[in-house]
Amino acid sequence: MNFSFSEEQEMVRDFVERFVREKYEPDMRRKIESSEQGFSSENWNMFAELGWLGLPFPEEDGGFGGGAVETMIIFEAFGRGPVLEPFLATAILAGSALRQAASAAQKEALIPAIIDGSIQLALAYCEPDGRYNPANVSTMATETGEGFVIDGDKSVVLNGPAADRLIISARTHGQQHDPDGVTLFLVDASAKGVSRQNYPTQDGFRASEIVFDEVAVSADAVIGELHGGYAILNNAIEEAILASCAEAVGAMEMLYKATVEFSRTRKQFGVPIGSFQVLQHRMSEMFMEYEQTKSLLYRAAMAMDAGADDASRTISALKIQVGNAGRKVGQEAIQIHGGMGMTEEMYVGYYFKRLTMINSLFGNIDYHLRRFTGA
Amino acid sequence: MDISFNPEEIAFQKEVRTFFETEYPADILEKSANRQSLSSDDMVRSQKALHAQGWIAPNWPEEYGGTGWSPSQKYIFETEMARAGAPRLVPFGLGMVGPIIYTFGNDEQKKRFLPGILESDIWWCQGFSEPGAGSDLASLSTKAERDGDHYIVTGQKTWTTFAQYADWIFCLVRTSTEEKKQLGISFLLIDMKSPGITVNPIVTIDGGREVNDVHFENVRVPVDNLIGEEGAGWTYAKMLLTHERTGIAGVARSKEQIETIRAIATKTDNGFGEMMTDDADFMRRLALVEIELMALEFTELRTLAAVQTGKAPGPESSILKIKGTEIQQLITELFVELAGNYATPYLPEFYVPGSNVDSVGPGWAADATSKYFNFRKTSIYGGSNEIQKNIIAKAVLGL
Repeated sequence: MNFSFSEEQEMVRDFVERFVREKYEPDMRRKIESSEQGFSSENWNMFAELGWLGLPFPEEDGGFGGGAVETMIIFEAFGRGPVLEPFLATAILAGSALRQAASAAQKEALIPAIIDGSIQLALAYCEPDGRYNPANVSTMATETGEGFVIDGDKSVVLNGPAADRLIISARTHGQQHDPDGVTLFLVDASAKGVSRQNYPTQDGFRASEIVFDEVAVSADAVIGELHGGYAILNNAIEEAILASCAEAVGAMEMLYKATVEFSRTRKQFGVPIGSFQVLQHRMSEMFMEYEQTKSLLYRAAMAMDAGADDASRTISALKIQVGNAGRKVGQEAIQIHGGMGMTEEMYVGYYFKRLTMINSLFGNIDYHLRRFTGA
Repeated sequence: MDISFNPEEIAFQKEVRTFFETEYPADILEKSANRQSLSSDDMVRSQKALHAQGWIAPNWPEEYGGTGWSPSQKYIFETEMARAGAPRLVPFGLGMVGPIIYTFGNDEQKKRFLPGILESDIWWCQGFSEPGAGSDLASLSTKAERDGDHYIVTGQKTWTTFAQYADWIFCLVRTSTEEKKQLGISFLLIDMKSPGITVNPIVTIDGGREVNDVHFENVRVPVDNLIGEEGAGWTYAKMLLTHERTGIAGVARSKEQIETIRAIATKTDNGFGEMMTDDADFMRRLALVEIELMALEFTELRTLAAVQTGKAPGPESSILKIKGTEIQQLITELFVELAGNYATPYLPEFYVPGSNVDSVGPGWAADATSKYFNFRKTSIYGGSNEIQKNIIAKAVLGL
C-alpha cells in the first residue's frame, strides 16, 4: 500500500499548482471569464507546450500515458482556480471516446492535434428530455448509401462554442431509452446543418445547445462499433466524473482554508469570529468533509487505474460524496463569510458555484445513488 | 380551537381573489409568471394598485392607513397574493420605516412621511449594516455630529438593497461614543439627494445588482429628521428587526413554490421515461420541506394570533426567520435539482423584459440556479440565523 506520488507525478502537481497560483489570481480569472471566448488561448497553448494535454493519451498515440491518478493530480490543482480552459471537455470527455474506440485513422487525425493544442473537441451526449441518462437518445442517425444523416437536438454541450469537432451520440437502432443502438459519430462543428446557440454557464464556462438538421456524415465518421456507443459514453463520463470530483476536492480545500483564514481576521463583538465555538465546529466539519472526499477520490482513482470490478460503483460513491460535501462546504463558506461571501468580488463564490455545477453535471446525487445501489 | 374560515372570511377570500384577477396590473403578473425581472416602475405600479384598493398596509394601525384585518384576513390576503403570483412589497418603507415613524416619530414626521410611503411615491432604503458592523450591528461607526440645527454624517453603510432607486434612507448613526455602544446610536432619516452621498453597486454571486455601498461624506441632515430621542435608535431598531423577521418567513410564497415544483415535476422527464413525480428520492425530499412548512405556517399563525391579543412579536419571531429562510433555501435547491442539466446555463439577459434572448431549456429552469445562489443571502440578512439562535438561547431559553 502506498499513498505517495511518484517523482514525476509530484513534478506535474507542482507545475500545475504553480500555474494556478500565477495565472488564476481572482482578477485574472475574472478577466478570462468575461472574455468572449471564456478561456485563455495563451494558457491553452501553454498546456500544450508543457505536455499536459498529452498526459491522458497513451504513448503510442503521441501522449504520455497518464492514468486516472495523473488526471486527478491535474484537476485537483485546477480546482483551486477554478481553471476555465476546456481541458475536461476536450482531453477527458471527448478524448476518452477517442482513446477507447477511435480507428487508427481517426486517432492519427485528431490526437496529435489535441496534444499540440491546435484543435478542441466537445462530447454532445445530453438531450433535452434525457436528463442524466446517456442511453436516452432520440437524435437519429439514418443510414444512407454514402453514410448517415443525423437529426436531433443536443443540450448543454460543454465547450460547444469553441469545439472544432463534435463527438455526438445518435440512435442507429432500438428505442429511445435502449443502451443498445446508440452510436457515436465524429462531426465537424462547421458542417452543413449544425447550428449552435452558445451561452456561458453559471460557473463561467461555455456551452451550447446544438441542433443537427440533416447533417450528412460518411461511414468512417462512426467511432467504435455501430450501435456500441453507450459503453464508450459511460466510460468517458466516468473519467469526467473523476476529473471533476478532483476539481471539487481542490475547490473544497480552498474554501475551508479561506473560511478559516477569514474567521481569524473578521472581528465582531470585539473578537475574531473564529473564536466562537459554534463556528469552530462547523469549520471542523468542513475540514472533515474535505478529507473524506479526498479519501474517496484516491480510492476511485486507484480503482480506475487498476481496472477494479467495483470501479464504476466507486465512481458513483465519489460523485455522491462530492455532491453532499460540496454543498455543505460551499454553503458554509458563504454563510461564515456572511455578506462578504455573497459578493462577486470575494472569490469564495467561484468555488461555491463550481461545486454546485459539478453536483449537477454527469448525474446528481439521486442519479448516482440509483446507480450505486443497482436500482 | 378552530381553523376553518367563517362565511365572511370566505367572502373576503373571494373578494381578494377577484381583485388580483381583475384590478391588479395583469402585465406585472405576467412578467412574474415568466420569471422576468421587474423594473422599479413595475414595483411602484403594483403597490399603487394595492393602495388604490386600500390594501397596501395590512399591518399598520387603522388610524395610519391600515386595514383593520383579523389575523385570518391577513392570512387569506397573503395566501391569495402569493397564489396570484404578485410580487412581494418592497419592505423598506411599508414594513420597516413606516412602523418606526408612526410608533416613535412626532406628528410633523408622521404627516410628512407616512403618505409618501402608503402611496409608494417615496422609495426608502435601509442604512444599518456597515463593513465593520454586521452581526455585531451595535458596533456601527457612521457618525452624526451635531452642528447647530444639523447633524453632519460621515461613514459607510453596506448591503443597502435598492439604494439606486431610493429617495430616502433611514440610518442608524452614532451620535455618542461616551456610553455603552448601544446607547450612543440614533435613528436618522436622510434625503438621498443630499450632497456628500455616493452609491456604489455591489455585484453578488448570482450576477445581481440589488445591493450597494452607500458612502456619506459630511452630509448635512436637519435635526428635524431625527426619530424619537437621540441615543434611543437601538431600541427602535430592535423593534423594527423583530417585525422584519416576522415578514421574512414568506410562508405563503413558499407554499406556492412547493405547488409549482410539484406541477413541474409531473411534466418533467426523469431521463428513464418516467416523470420526476415517479422519482421517490426527489418526492421524499419535497415532502420533507412541505412538512416543515406545514408546521411553520401554524407557528406563524400562532404568533399572529398572539399579536392580535396585544402582544408584540417577541423573540419567538426568530423561529420564523430561521425556519422560513431555511425552507426558502431548500426550495431553491429543489428547483436546481429539477432542472437537471438545465441548471447549468447562465442567461441573465433572459430576465430582462423585452430582450429577445431565448431561454435554454424550459423557462422555469432559467433562473433556478441564480435564485439558489441569491437566496444564500436569506440566512445572512435580517440578523444572521446564527444571531437568531443566540436570541432564542438568551431571550427565550434564558441561557
